[in-house]
Amino acid sequence: MTDQHIATQDNDHHDHDSHHGPAKGWRRWLFTTNHKDIGTLYLTLSFILMFVAGTMALLVRTELFEPGKVLLNPEFFNQMTTFHGLIMVFGVIMPAMAGLANWMIPMMIGAQDMALPRLNNWSFWLLPFAFTMLMSTFLMSGNAPDFGWTFYAPLSTTYAPKSTDFFIFSVHLMGLSSILAALNIVVTIFNMRAPAMTWMKLPMFVWSWLVTAFLLLAVMPVLAGCVTMMLMDRHFGTSFFNAAGGGDPVLFQHVFWFFGHPEVYILILPGFGVISSIIPTFSRKPLFGYHAMVYATVIIALLGLVVWVHHMFTTGAPMDAQLFFMYATMLISVPTGIKVFNWTATIFKGSLSFETPMLFALGFLVMFTIGGLSGLMISLVPSDYQYRDSYFIVAHFHYVLVSGSLFTIIAAVYYWLPKWTGRMYSERLGQWHFWLTTIGMNVTFMPMHFLGLAGMPRRIPDYALQFTDFNQICTVGAFIFGFAQLIFLYIVVMSCFSKRFPAATSQVWEGAHGLEWTIPSPAPYHTFETPPDLATVNAAAPQLE
Amino acid sequence: MSNHQKSHKRLTLILVCGVLLMFGFAYMLVPLYKLICQKEGINGRSGATASSMAGLSIDTTRTIKVTFLTTLHQHLPFTFKPVKPFLLIHPGERKLIYFYAENKTGHDMTVQAVPSITPGDAARFLKKTECFCFTQQYFFKGEKADMPVYFFVDPAIPSSIKEITLSYTLFDVGDFLKKQQHFTKGRIDL
Repeated sequence: MTDQHIATQDNDHHDHDSHHGPAKGWRRWLFTTNHKDIGTLYLTLSFILMFVAGTMALLVRTELFEPGKVLLNPEFFNQMTTFHGLIMVFGVIMPAMAGLANWMIPMMIGAQDMALPRLNNWSFWLLPFAFTMLMSTFLMSGNAPDFGWTFYAPLSTTYAPKSTDFFIFSVHLMGLSSILAALNIVVTIFNMRAPAMTWMKLPMFVWSWLVTAFLLLAVMPVLAGCVTMMLMDRHFGTSFFNAAGGGDPVLFQHVFWFFGHPEVYILILPGFGVISSIIPTFSRKPLFGYHAMVYATVIIALLGLVVWVHHMFTTGAPMDAQLFFMYATMLISVPTGIKVFNWTATIFKGSLSFETPMLFALGFLVMFTIGGLSGLMISLVPSDYQYRDSYFIVAHFHYVLVSGSLFTIIAAVYYWLPKWTGRMYSERLGQWHFWLTTIGMNVTFMPMHFLGLAGMPRRIPDYALQFTDFNQICTVGAFIFGFAQLIFLYIVVMSCFSKRFPAATSQVWEGAHGLEWTIPSPAPYHTFETPPDLATVNAAAPQLE
Repeated sequence: MSNHQKSHKRLTLILVCGVLLMFGFAYMLVPLYKLICQKEGINGRSGATASSMAGLSIDTTRTIKVTFLTTLHQHLPFTFKPVKPFLLIHPGERKLIYFYAENKTGHDMTVQAVPSITPGDAARFLKKTECFCFTQQYFFKGEKADMPVYFFVDPAIPSSIKEITLSYTLFDVGDFLKKQQHFTKGRIDL
């Protein structure tokens, strides 16, 4: 009785609270516990860092325009490749996905906010500090970290610049931030779903993020352990990775890739969820094979945990181990293939329209598959011996990370932007953005396949004369790709601040289904203070064929 | 509301425990890796401890060429080379090979050789009963010595393997000194 009384009071108090809008000025952003604000913060940070790391990529491409020195010293070139990789992975893709999760998951499952809002604030605000610390290494005497984003020992231990310790602590902070965000997402999805929302009514985006969050919880602590071992080797006289003291540098690669391989699924799985939302909307058909999609996602994650040695076939693993990891890797293409076929089947005989989000989703579908096929090629042990550490690898992972993860993020932004800002974006500019991005992306990365097959090694600031032509094509493509993103910046800024574009309806897109489309655009500061009822949930649930 | 809070707390706690467990697992990988390497002979790890050759018979029908290779880590000012570049050996037969080392650093130095065996699948079968690489080796300034390895090839070795390379990298282990200083068992001082 008393309990109930308190509970009611609590609720009343809450209702009262929610009528205050957001706080004013910078305090709103610093102290916010609102999932939408935190989502916006994540996406903004990611957007800024995309231009930072993109500029670094353009510097790299400029250096590679011709053999010999064009612009950068080899040392600085190495720092650029290192930071480009680190920032794109940890500062662009991961925060953007976390931003989408924060914005969309509570709205998709009918929750009023994330389960642990204060923790949510902290997990975001760790990131700006982490990246400030990482970037501050450029201002220090000696080199900034220059050992590649994979920071293999002993390059990152015995031979590393002094600033590596700052790198180590910034990775700790990033890892902590991801773990807290993942924790929050799992608790939110488990505990905060609208009572009527059963597991098999969850939108695919939520399912994908749930699986991703578990992967994050499983492997980010291993990354933390890995950099902690590095720190101990550097300063506390241990020799985890130093053969002189009885350690082994190959152990580093095992620990790193035990994290590193699931990490690539962390980068792509939420994107799969985005595509599973967008394609049905613009095909005006339910997602084909919802159940198969859910199981495929879970299986991809599980298999992703046991294939890490395919990153290190040439370190001399025994034959049986190589066979196991080769077959396990090839097996992943089965659930991934299920997903690709299901998306294609969703499009089949659909009533299609080609708004910008759909264009990016279709671009993803085609080009991610190209990346998947080159992935299958390098999963074969004998051919991996040929491809490893060449530009073929660079081409492969850019096809899956740029036209994979990044395209899904861009598609998601176009898809949900009207819901966030309450205004449509410029469709004409969006189309321009898509075509320039797609052309730029392919001109940049397609020739890299051939460069790699012809024997051009990666991470080298200089190259043999015969590689010049294709490298120049790559560089031209990279600049088209890079500058096309300024259009994206312009579109997003205009949609946020300009009143020129028409106001969006609640549903925004004609074929859109899901709880997020039942609330007004722009989404009010507080949504679903009372959970949606069974009828609303059922109407919004992914329809089964 | 308060009910919800409670279940948040419980789930959060479970997940935090999982995270701590995985952090521990990262460190667990270290002994696990050592164990697997020793069992499978990866990276010549099985070659870092003495083996017994009791009950083995010599298979004279087969001959395997064992080539020796030496590397100095980080331009260590030492001379370090095998006295013979290779030996022919029957499976089950025990042979002795000396490695010559000379300290040219201009001061006393403790070093250790770390073995590696290729092809990977042969590593398990090349075994040592006695090796200078089992311990750290102390060298006075300018000291020269021949250091012994007694080894044999297990007759169980697959018949496809006709050649094995045994490679040693010599490390300065000044930062990782073990207790048994001046350990020079079996060494011939020159």
